[in-house]
Amino acid sequence: MLREDIIIDIFSGWRSFLRKCLFRVLRVGPIPSHIAVIMDGNRRYAKKKKIDDMTGYDAGALALLHLIIYCMELGVKYVTAYAFSIDNFRRHPEEVQKIMDLTMESVMLLTWMSKLRLVRVHFAGNLQLLSADIQDAAKRLMESTAGYKNFVLTICICYTCSDEILHAVEESCKEKWDDGIGIMGYDEANDYERLIKVVDIEKHMYMAIAPDPDILIRTGGEYRLSNFLVWQSSCCHLSSLGTVWPEFGVFHLVWVVLDFQQNYRYVAKKKLQL
Amino acid sequence: MDFSNESRVLHRCSAHVRDIGNLLLRSLWHLVHFIISICNFTLDIANVLESYLISSGLLGRYKSLHIAKLRYLAIVIESEGAYQTLKIIELLQWLEAVGVKHVCLYDNEGILKKSKDFILENLDGAILFQVLSYWQPSIYAMLDAHENNVLLDQQHMTLEFVSFSDGKEAVAKAANVLFMKYSKSGVTDQNQKEKIFTESQMTEALKTVGSGGPEPDLLLVYGPARCHLGFPAWRIKYTEIVHMGLLKSMNYGSLIKAIYKFTMVRQNYGK
Repeated sequence: MLREDIIIDIFSGWRSFLRKCLFRVLRVGPIPSHIAVIMDGNRRYAKKKKIDDMTGYDAGALALLHLIIYCMELGVKYVTAYAFSIDNFRRHPEEVQKIMDLTMESVMLLTWMSKLRLVRVHFAGNLQLLSADIQDAAKRLMESTAGYKNFVLTICICYTCSDEILHAVEESCKEKWDDGIGIMGYDEANDYERLIKVVDIEKHMYMAIAPDPDILIRTGGEYRLSNFLVWQSSCCHLSSLGTVWPEFGVFHLVWVVLDFQQNYRYVAKKKLQL
Repeated sequence: MDFSNESRVLHRCSAHVRDIGNLLLRSLWHLVHFIISICNFTLDIANVLESYLISSGLLGRYKSLHIAKLRYLAIVIESEGAYQTLKIIELLQWLEAVGVKHVCLYDNEGILKKSKDFILENLDGAILFQVLSYWQPSIYAMLDAHENNVLLDQQHMTLEFVSFSDGKEAVAKAANVLFMKYSKSGVTDQNQKEKIFTESQMTEALKTVGSGGPEPDLLLVYGPARCHLGFPAWRIKYTEIVHMGLLKSMNYGSLIKAIYKFTMVRQNYGK
């Protein structure tokens, strides 16, 4: 069970002070503007601690809350978390339902937290796959926080990058059609005359709200992106950590940022080229 | 007057304190990064030693690789490395010796595409992988029907050369192909919320525009950082991405280790 008092506790106390001192040293170097995370390892954590899977997911949600707060203190402006993939619907229906219940609980907690710290919350994904009550709560939260600019939290739910690309292509086609550019305006003599351009597709992406991530962290020791932000991660520092997600803490974040700073010049140069 | 002198002195003192504080912070930051560089150097030495042991066959578990699991390998090479054609040929020869038959070479600037003739000439029997359009007899139909048999029977190594233009720009081109279908089919009148295109339609459209190669099982990155540098996104959704370091420091043992680790991976695909 997530509680508001846990969040208040993270923001205050001597641990917060030490953290801020540590982050002050980190801020001598370049700080990523956008961090994305694949929160892998909740079930392995539950198995290791001999607890049920849902308690493992609760611990994972708490770890995400910690990360959000650490990133706000560090000066990161965007955080994106891969909460639920379209592929995850293949899991046992009971597990999926429990994850949806946790999602609803998290939406309520984020509603409270967003007012406390002026956090803009965005849900990226095919939200039509969610139940009506979660959809409504998510939409209400997005609308109520749309004006906040200091910090943007994106929760990828019912998301895969391939679905995102397809959705963006569909929206681009509809837009061009609505603009009156039908088949008559399409020059078949040219080799795929580019009516729809990359910029058209990118503006319809679920993730258009944020710049491309600077760091993409995957916990759980895996080395793949699992259909998460593959379009947006061309010049992104990919970081794979052996630790499971609920055990991700401030020192893991510090390590990842230090690694990013070590490679910053190269990645920044590549970003300019691409 | 005394008061303004005092405030000036105070201001100067606080500026000095601030400068000293900043100097201390910068020193701490450089010290931390120096320690990390030492740790990385130590790890690199350990990796070199391990690679030597793997290459000389002293580590038993790396002797037999289940290479059949690695059906398609992609290699991302950063721009400086892409000019080292002889090194790339050596890497491909290692892969051929190990039994890897299908390799996709990627660099974002397309330097490898310009060197492809030289690479193919200097690699015995290697052939260029052609992405055939959906209306032609396609290697994909063969792969769908007899996938493993076709790959195992392959006498020669196939090489595919890919660059940044085969990524996002290819998706835009494919989008135009789909737009043609959309315009012709009359789906514009349907419920706007319904899905119009499927993933397989996008895959076919990408093949139509010449950028529809298979999804690699494993992607090796030769460069300073673990970064795929714009490898076509549609193809690396579930690909294992491993950082191998700089191309100039490549070694056989690390390659074997990366392939071995890949063969040990088990994916749930979200389940």
